[in-house]
Amino acid sequence: MSTSFFEGVLSSAALSGTSILYATVGEVIGERSGIVNLGLEGVMLVGAVIGFVVTAETGNPYVGVLAAALAGATFNMIFAYLVVTRRGNQLASGLALMFFALGLTAIIGKSYVGKPIGGLKDTPIPGLANLPQIGHALFEKDLLVYSVIPVAIAAWLLLYRTSWGLRMRAVGEDKTVAFAAGLKPHRLQYQALFVAGLLGGIGGGHLSIAYTKTWQEGMTAGAGFIAVGLVIFAAWSPIRAILGAVLFGGAVAVQLQLQARGSNVSPFLLDMIPYVVVLVVLMLFGRVKGRVVPAGLKNVFEGTG
Amino acid sequence: MSVCTIATSETIRTNDSPTPLVSLRGITKRFPAVVANDHVNLDIFGGEVHAILGENGSGKSTLMKVLYGYYRADEGEVLFEGKPVLLESPLDARQLRIGMVFQNFTLVPAFTVAENVALFLPKLKIRLNLKTIASKIREVSEKYGLNIDPKAYVWQLSMGEQQKIELIKLLLAEARVLIFDEPTRVLAPHEIENLMQVFGQLKAHNYAVLFITHKLREAFASADRLSVMRRGALVGTLMRDEANEPRVISMMFGTEPPAIQRDGSKVDEEATPVLELVSVTTSGAAGELHLKDVSLVVRPHEIVGIAGVSGSGQKEIGDVILGLLPHKGVKRFTTHEASRWPIGRLRQHGLSVIPENPLWMGVVGSMTVTENMALADRARYAGRGGLSMNWTAVQQDTAKYQERSRIPMPNPAVAAETLSGGNLQRLVLIRELGQHHKLVVAFYPTQALDLPTAVAARQLLVQARDEGAGVLLISEDLDELFTLSDTILVLCGGRIAGRFRAEETTRDTVGHLMTGSVG
Amino acid sequence: MSSVVTLSKPFYSRFSRHRDTLLAAGAPIVIALVGFAIVLEAYGKSPIATYRDVLQGTFGSVRGFTEVLVIMIPLMFCALAVAIPARIGMLNVGAEGQLYIGAIFAAYVPLNWPGLRLQFMLPLMTLAGFLGGGLWAGLSGYLRAKGLLSEVLSTLLLNSVAGFGLQYLVFGVWHDPNSSNFPQSKPYPEAAVLPHIGSGRLHIGFMLALAGVALFWFVLQKTRWGYEMRAIGGNPEAARRSGIPISWYIVLLFVIGGGIAGIGGMAETSAIQGRLRPGFSSSYGYIGFLISWMSAHNPVLIVVMSFLLAVITSGRDVLQITQNLPGAAVNILMALILFVVLARRGRKPEET
Repeated sequence: MSTSFFEGVLSSAALSGTSILYATVGEVIGERSGIVNLGLEGVMLVGAVIGFVVTAETGNPYVGVLAAALAGATFNMIFAYLVVTRRGNQLASGLALMFFALGLTAIIGKSYVGKPIGGLKDTPIPGLANLPQIGHALFEKDLLVYSVIPVAIAAWLLLYRTSWGLRMRAVGEDKTVAFAAGLKPHRLQYQALFVAGLLGGIGGGHLSIAYTKTWQEGMTAGAGFIAVGLVIFAAWSPIRAILGAVLFGGAVAVQLQLQARGSNVSPFLLDMIPYVVVLVVLMLFGRVKGRVVPAGLKNVFEGTG
Repeated sequence: MSVCTIATSETIRTNDSPTPLVSLRGITKRFPAVVANDHVNLDIFGGEVHAILGENGSGKSTLMKVLYGYYRADEGEVLFEGKPVLLESPLDARQLRIGMVFQNFTLVPAFTVAENVALFLPKLKIRLNLKTIASKIREVSEKYGLNIDPKAYVWQLSMGEQQKIELIKLLLAEARVLIFDEPTRVLAPHEIENLMQVFGQLKAHNYAVLFITHKLREAFASADRLSVMRRGALVGTLMRDEANEPRVISMMFGTEPPAIQRDGSKVDEEATPVLELVSVTTSGAAGELHLKDVSLVVRPHEIVGIAGVSGSGQKEIGDVILGLLPHKGVKRFTTHEASRWPIGRLRQHGLSVIPENPLWMGVVGSMTVTENMALADRARYAGRGGLSMNWTAVQQDTAKYQERSRIPMPNPAVAAETLSGGNLQRLVLIRELGQHHKLVVAFYPTQALDLPTAVAARQLLVQARDEGAGVLLISEDLDELFTLSDTILVLCGGRIAGRFRAEETTRDTVGHLMTGSVG
Repeated sequence: MSSVVTLSKPFYSRFSRHRDTLLAAGAPIVIALVGFAIVLEAYGKSPIATYRDVLQGTFGSVRGFTEVLVIMIPLMFCALAVAIPARIGMLNVGAEGQLYIGAIFAAYVPLNWPGLRLQFMLPLMTLAGFLGGGLWAGLSGYLRAKGLLSEVLSTLLLNSVAGFGLQYLVFGVWHDPNSSNFPQSKPYPEAAVLPHIGSGRLHIGFMLALAGVALFWFVLQKTRWGYEMRAIGGNPEAARRSGIPISWYIVLLFVIGGGIAGIGGMAETSAIQGRLRPGFSSSYGYIGFLISWMSAHNPVLIVVMSFLLAVITSGRDVLQITQNLPGAAVNILMALILFVVLARRGRKPEET
């Protein structure tokens, strides 16, 4: 049956938005602890390739997702070592991480290019899947799509309703205060980056195991950078990140659908919009003395971190 | 001929004579250049407010940091309820229920009060229950009249309120001895009163309250016991009813040294001032006032000295003069209205600055000494419209200045960051005082220097004055101020508290005014 | 009695600082080569054979060597774009976008006035490229100077916008009707193509880039403005209090840096592509950032590092052809170099 334009957009948005949202939520946690990871793209790629390989070898997509998460977390530990222990420049380290992943995943995935896998099947939710218009688009998707919003909410609870979250945010705001409170900032930052790696890995894994069910070199195509931008757009809140991912996924989806329908509206102008919006939003927030930006990130953005 | 007499420790107990909660006995702490605490004995009692008074550098902060476990004393012991204890770190102090409210708050501005307090709670469950914490905060807040809303964000609160959060943290951690380091420095007058009331409440609930201050008025207003420190030694401890201002002042500042010979000043009262500030007021980020209605005048051939305890507004005056701080009021430079002039322009018109912290403010560490000599006046050494720098000229000028100043020059080819503090200061002095300027603003110019160089530096300032410059000298050294200044201004709490010709006043009077008491 | 001035370090020499940085850059390369060798072994490829093939491919033939130089060109332009603002502590992560916008502005000239003669076409294109890149970066500089937005964020975001802008143009108004669905502009007339040196792909952009480096060195070391820049970079507070106009420099240096990247974009599209195509940059902007950063923003070292990374990048094809490895694998080598530099540059590890 042919899908309406609306359904098509919704469906694509749910799929592309999911990968990005996982990565964004992970990055929110990382940045809340005071660390910006420009290498998130690399983390996602690692998750994508390992997830794909493991799924292909074991035939079990759930194991694949798990592997993707762990791979992302482990990979992020390299970043953590450079940035937390060795106090390396965060921006350069992130970019280095990305390049590393580009090469590493190309090698790892080489023999899997073009290999089809069963992947993560869509599991329709009974009842909801039959709703007109949105049923198929939203409720006949894979488990990762269903879980992403709960995960975002869980991340919010983690940050704002647990003592771990409080301490982690304190580290991201002011390490000296954290020290004074008897905390161990470095340990907390490692932990935050581990969680961020898990989520980034899942985000990448979703792309290869569920969305496209293929592997290709560099298949994340900038999703990691977009996620970093979305964190800013979401003002470092996991809940607002949902909105950002929705908007972004929607924009991407609209563009895809338009192209599929041979439309003339330039998708690239649409693509620009999120970035311009983030830019404007940041400028405005900047005036309000950025209470919104975790104070610890100021060093990174001003070149002293 | 008078000799400064230092009274031996006169610790007088109260009538009840309970055992002191905490006793410091023979505490001695040495740093490389100075003995910060010299065999200090101090008793602290519960249910009492105890003020520790002293000038900058008297050792009061160090003593409190020893008590708090921040420093370990080289000699002496600390007794808690009569028994000796080992204080090796703030953790030990906390276990003894000793808590300190620092001048710099350990608060996260982006968090709420409750979140900040939670961060410092010793036992925190995994599931963060901010509601319980909030109610505990409200309870304590009511009990001691603190008036703090747990849900408020710290960045919204005034300094006074933030200070109270620090206190709440200590109270909730069940501290019994509360030490406050210069608590009123950042407070507005009504907040100070409020704090004194809080002290009263704490005292009534049997806490031991210690506060470090140099402001006599507050000490007299709220303390039961006053201890005075001077040059590392405890001069004496008085109960409130035995203490009066003259006595305390003389304990803080010592007796008058012999009058120092000074040349008669050549100030021409009628000349156009080099610098004039009229009703200058500045405010900080949260709206608190730093400088309040400050007016001053510096004339050619005049050295104006500004006396004041550190933090009274010297930095702000400097920033205003340099054009780095927006202000209300008028600033005039020679005949020009210069309120909005950027520093470059001021320098072009003859402003020279000896900054408070040369490594941070006056010198580029990664550049060589020679390169730093050109920093203040780049246009002079730029050649061919900026395409080249005339380093030969710089070196020649440097040699000239050095001769004039008779200050030994650090090696010109080394990087400035490798220089010692003294050498850095010499670099800056040679650079800034080498040529003729109209106005010289000097912040603590001799603080890092050995005696011969300090003498030479003072000589340079006098020389500059004699050649026609107006000199604004900001210093903590009363001897230096009295030796050099033609006019002395006293700065206290952002206001000019007194204005005198140097020969018409005494250190005593100045000391009174610096510490906020009326002479 | 005058006090004796003691020196705490040996005679300070600029040359020895060069040497130290060079050594510091050499060790990571060796370590990285070893690391990469391990990766190669893990995939059953002989590291020695690989390295030998790469060296042969790049140094063994004139063509191979000129290819390295060709890749060096955009790298040097981008590294300069980063180095210039970096001298006063500004981080320009936007060379990628400035490259694209420069190419776009430059493309305007041949696409609208195809009949111009070379003597007018090329200088105009160069100017246009400078203008484009300069404006793009200048925006970030202005926002930073006014304290509105960190330049890291704005340059990063503007990169993406620039990329989309380019795609928009080549899919849209500038699309070549004769190329069916291929996204690219009409080919540039011959007058708009930068002259080549010799028979290969090497073009005079190489000279331009080197000239830029030389100019950078000259300004920095010899002129008053370079002196003021170094002062700001060394101690912004002291520079400010000496009357050096920092905000002005921020904007100016971003404009100049971005402009140079813009010229790089013009050079790349003009000489190598011959038309405007999307994605003509293989992360040159980011690699340029890393080059400049590794060189401590030092002009001489930038040339050296650009060469080195160009060698690595050109090893891409060798890897694919002779070793049957994906070309992207060279990124591992580059990343390893960076990792070592980062780990050493950072301050000493604190107790956790």
